[in-house]
Amino acid sequence: MADPMRIRATMLGDKVEVKVLMSHEMETGLRKNAQGNLIPAHFIRNVTVVHNGRTVLSAQWGPAISKNPFMHFRFRGGKPGEKVSISWVDNKGDKRTDEATIAVEPSPAPGR
Amino acid sequence: MDGKRREVLKAGGGAGMLALAAAAGLARPGRAAAQEWNTAAFDTRSFADTVRALGGGGSTASAGIEINAPEIAENGAVVPVSVESKLAKTQTIAILIEKNPNTLSANFEIPAGTDPFVSTRVKMAETSNVYALVMADGKFFHAVKEIKVTIGGCGG
Repeated sequence: MADPMRIRATMLGDKVEVKVLMSHEMETGLRKNAQGNLIPAHFIRNVTVVHNGRTVLSAQWGPAISKNPFMHFRFRGGKPGEKVSISWVDNKGDKRTDEATIAVEPSPAPGR
Repeated sequence: MDGKRREVLKAGGGAGMLALAAAAGLARPGRAAAQEWNTAAFDTRSFADTVRALGGGGSTASAGIEINAPEIAENGAVVPVSVESKLAKTQTIAILIEKNPNTLSANFEIPAGTDPFVSTRVKMAETSNVYALVMADGKFFHAVKEIKVTIGGCGG
């Protein structure tokens, strides 16, 4: 099981700004290990963001998304205290879903 | 840009391809958004092939699409790229890297109510043109920016 995502959802005017940092190797399948053998591809292929039962963003990714993927976007129709749920599924069928509560004020970025 | 080639692409692939694509693939993501993965599109090795695999007959350069990314990326493993579209009815935003082993990096579906903006970080094997490919009102448009890479991000 992969580590939890770090999700920040904050009101920005009448929009919700979402920033998420996922924990994933995002192996391309083109790299070799120290023994010279190819490391099998292992990467997130689908990402879905849901708010109040409605998909507010979905994405298909290839292995060219960087390790520990970052994503940032904005949507309308959210209010403070409501939940934003983010799910991913990778090419091996591993999956993870995490939730964040929409905050009123932007707070400092997580360790970056 | 190579205008003639673009015309040929349009003439060759235009309406028929779009209709086919709508029937075969584009109609589906709405139904089962989460688990669809367009294998053919992620296998492509050129801008034109990716446009076709995503269901377009061709793409028009547009000043209404903005790519925000560094001119020079010191580390190709982590290149921040954001794309903002000012085109009405923007439906999808894709990021394409011409000289990567496979061209398509990501394709985002933007439903109504979500800003036509997305920001992420990509790997780049070498210096390359990076395209933002936007589908707006069923048509494809793009912007391009060259990003120079000092150390490639796909090798060992």
